[in-house]
Amino acid sequence: MNTFYLHSALSFIAAYLITHRDPPPLPYNAFTAAFVFLSIFWMLWLTTYFYNRVYFRKMPKVIAFGAFFIKELIVANLKIAFDIVTPHFYMRPTVIAFPLAAKTDLEITLLSCIISLTPGTLSIDVSEDKEVLYIHALYVKGNDIEHLKHKIKDGFERPLLELTS
Amino acid sequence: MLQDYELQVIKEVVSCVLILGGVTFMFIATIGLLRFPDFYTRMSAITKGSSLGVGLILIGLGIYFNQPDIMLKVLAIIAFTFITAPVAAHVIARTAVRNRSPFWSKTNLKEFKPYLDKEHLEKVKNHDMYRAEAEAQVEQKPNGGGDT
Repeated sequence: MNTFYLHSALSFIAAYLITHRDPPPLPYNAFTAAFVFLSIFWMLWLTTYFYNRVYFRKMPKVIAFGAFFIKELIVANLKIAFDIVTPHFYMRPTVIAFPLAAKTDLEITLLSCIISLTPGTLSIDVSEDKEVLYIHALYVKGNDIEHLKHKIKDGFERPLLELTS
Repeated sequence: MLQDYELQVIKEVVSCVLILGGVTFMFIATIGLLRFPDFYTRMSAITKGSSLGVGLILIGLGIYFNQPDIMLKVLAIIAFTFITAPVAAHVIARTAVRNRSPFWSKTNLKEFKPYLDKEHLEKVKNHDMYRAEAEAQVEQKPNGGGDT
């Protein structure tokens, strides 16, 4: 995590200095700035192979998880939009009790935030012993609660635990 | 190579599509707020639709102006929205459960029963039962209030 902050700060400063040179080496706009930032960040990530192997392995997983999350966000939003616009309600709301494998407060908070951001699922409460997370889900195909639990577990919880551990 | 003019047109079209998409998502989410049957489904519709809509509109704005500092601010606003929106949604949903806001009658509450029993919130379980009880209370109230 510290490596990530350090690298972000370093590549931000470098990108600032490069794009603000007096005879501008590149056209001054958002895309070139983002490109310079990302390429410096990528080079710094490559160097971590020699001194921080864990960070080197985690970064692709972070990007894959982010891409999966954005895909899920847009697909589920379209699903809800379709349900709103068409006259018949296709939703079968269910409250599921999701057994948590995440133990620390940070992991539970992140997991419930991600679940709440994904449309169709809304985290309501955590039981007092932090064992169960109650989730209000809109779309449960054929009343198959176990399938939805497996989907949340494999899609969100397992990658999150791999990243935070 | 692309001419300067063509780049400008591409930029405008992309930002236009993003902003219109965001506005459409927010509009549909607002219709959902009016159409959906109970509090929790409405929450689901409005919080997610509006956060995605805000994200798309802001990205379109950043692409339109095409300045690094504006892009940075836009990304910061999106990050903070995506951190705070689910926390607010979660707190509101939990408060609704605590205040016995009724579920839709088709909601499957089988796995939620232990929690409701533990917190003594039995009234939440069935929408119709709750409504009948509330109507009975309203009918009783004028009599009880008249005496005091």
